[in-house]
Amino acid sequence: MNMNQNHPLLTDNDPQEELVTLNLGPTHPATHGVFQNVLQLDGERIVSGVSTIGYIHRAFEKIAEHRPFYQITPLTDRLNYCSSPINNMGWHMTVEKLLNIQLPKRVDYLRVIIMELSRIADHIICNTIIGQDTGATTTFLYLFQFREHIYEIFEEVCGARLTTNIGRIGGFERDFNSIAFDKIRKFLKEFPDALREFEKLLNRNRIFIDRTAGVARVSAEQALDYSWTGPLLRAAGVDYDVRVSEPYSSYEEFDFEVPVGTSGDIYDRFLVRNEEMWQSLKLITQALEKVEKEPKGIFHADVPEFYLPAKEEVYNNMEALIYHFKIVMGEIDAPKAEVYHAVEGGNGELGFYLINDGGRTPYRLHFRRPSFINYQMFAPMSKGMLLSDAIINMSSMNIIAGELDA
Amino acid sequence: MEETTVNHELLQKLSARFGERIISVTEPYGLLTFETGKDAVIDVLEFLKKDLGFTFLTDITAVHYPEKHALAVVYHLHNLVQRQRIRMKVFLSEDKPVIPSATLLWNGANWMERETYDFFGIRFEGHPDLRRILNMDELGVHPMLKQYPLEDPNRVDKKDEYFGR
Repeated sequence: MNMNQNHPLLTDNDPQEELVTLNLGPTHPATHGVFQNVLQLDGERIVSGVSTIGYIHRAFEKIAEHRPFYQITPLTDRLNYCSSPINNMGWHMTVEKLLNIQLPKRVDYLRVIIMELSRIADHIICNTIIGQDTGATTTFLYLFQFREHIYEIFEEVCGARLTTNIGRIGGFERDFNSIAFDKIRKFLKEFPDALREFEKLLNRNRIFIDRTAGVARVSAEQALDYSWTGPLLRAAGVDYDVRVSEPYSSYEEFDFEVPVGTSGDIYDRFLVRNEEMWQSLKLITQALEKVEKEPKGIFHADVPEFYLPAKEEVYNNMEALIYHFKIVMGEIDAPKAEVYHAVEGGNGELGFYLINDGGRTPYRLHFRRPSFINYQMFAPMSKGMLLSDAIINMSSMNIIAGELDA
Repeated sequence: MEETTVNHELLQKLSARFGERIISVTEPYGLLTFETGKDAVIDVLEFLKKDLGFTFLTDITAVHYPEKHALAVVYHLHNLVQRQRIRMKVFLSEDKPVIPSATLLWNGANWMERETYDFFGIRFEGHPDLRRILNMDELGVHPMLKQYPLEDPNRVDKKDEYFGR
C-alpha cells in the first residue's frame, strides 16, 4: 500500500544513513487523543509504523459483567465521548431488543432528534479538526460554537453535556421541555448558514484540496477487508449505513440520503461527513414534525419492571416503590438470551453483543467499537506517506481514544 | 417470518456443504447462529465469504464458560448486499485454546484477534503479530476469564447470594 510512490526510498548513495525513529504520541497535540505511533522516518516520509494503543483502557467489558443493565449506560458514555447519546441509546435499544419492548413512536422520534444532533456534534469535531490540522484554525473556531449549542440542548434534556447518560431503558427519564424544543428549532435555523459558510471556506479552497484530495486513498475492497464502517467506508464508495440496512428507532419512516464518496481519500471523507450533517438536519426537521403529530407527554414505554419510576412516584405510590426497589436491588430477571444490536455511531457501526444468563448483570457484553476497528489500518496505510499527510489522515479517521481503548 | 425463510435457505446451503460439522443451530432474535468445530473454521468462513456473500467481518470476540471448561470464539459476519447477518461459534477447551486465524481471509481480523487473545488467552494460529493490544505486556493473565474477580472478592455488598439469588 504505497500511497506516495514518487518519493524514493533510501538509495545507496544517500547522505542519510539511517532512519529516524519518531514517537508520535502518546500525548502529542496532533493525535488528538492518547495513543502512540512509533514511526520510522526517512526524512519526511514514513517507512514503517507500529500503533500502540490501550493507554486509557478502563476494562468496561469486565466492569459491565458486574453491573445491572441500567448502570451500564454511564460506561457507554465514555466510549465515543463526542457522541455519547448515540452510545447510550444504542445500549438501551440492545436491552429493549433483549426484553422485546415496543417503544411509543414519540420516543423513537425524540431519540432520532438526539442521535442526529450528536452525529452533527461528532462530525463537527472531525471536520473542523481536519481544517485545523491543514492550517485553517478559523473554520475550527467558527463551527465549533455550534457544538456548544448542541450540548446546551443535551443539557436541557438530561442535565449533562459531554457524558450524557441520556435516557433510560424504555425511553427518556423526563419529557423534553419547551426550552429544549425552542433550542432545537433555533439550532435548525442557525446551523445551516454556518455550515454553508464552513463549506464555502473549505470545499473549493485550493490549499485545502491540495492537502487532502488524493491523500490516503482507500479502495472499497481495502475498506471492506479492514472491516471499516461509517463515513470512512462510505467515502470509499460503499453505501452501508446501519440506519438504512437495519433500521432501528423508526429510521425507516424518514426520508434521507446516504452520501457516498468515490476515492476514499481525505477530501471525500470530509465531504461525506459534511453531507451527513445536512442529512441529519433533514432528519431532525422531519422528526420534529412527527413529534408534533404524536400525543403529547409520552416519553417512555410502559415497562415498570425495567423503567425507573420518577422519584415523586416512588414516595407516594406503592407500585412505583416496589418496582423502584426491585430495579435498584437487581431483583428482576431478564430472559436468557443473546442479542447483537448495532447502531450507526458517529464513526460507524457501533455494536453491542450481549449474552444474558438470566441474572441481573450481563454474562458477557462486548462492544464492537468502530474507532478500534477502523484504526488498525492506520499504520499499514501510512507506509510511504508524508508525516504531515499521516497526521491529517489520522484526523479524518476521527479516532476517539475512549472508543479505541474501551 | 421472511427472515426465517432466508435463514433456512442459508442453513440448507451450509448443511449441504458441511453436513455434520454445522451443529446447534439457533435463531435468537432472527440472527442465524450455529456452532462448528475448530478444524472447520477457515473452511466455513471461506465458504461464507466467497460463496454466500458474507464479505464483511463485523466482529470477533470470545466468551468464557468456566462450568463447561470452555471458551467460545464468536464470529459475526455480514452480507451487506442482502442485509443479512450470521453468527458462528467455535467452542475450545480451556486447557488448549488454539484456533486458526481468520487474518488469511480478512485483514480486519488482525486486531479483533489480538484483542481476543489479550483478554481470553486464545491463540490464533497463523496470526502475523499475536501480541497483547490493550493491556500491558507484563500483565501475565487474561483478565476477561471468569476466574479473575473485578474487585476485592471479600466485599459482600455486591454478592448475588445476599440479594436472594
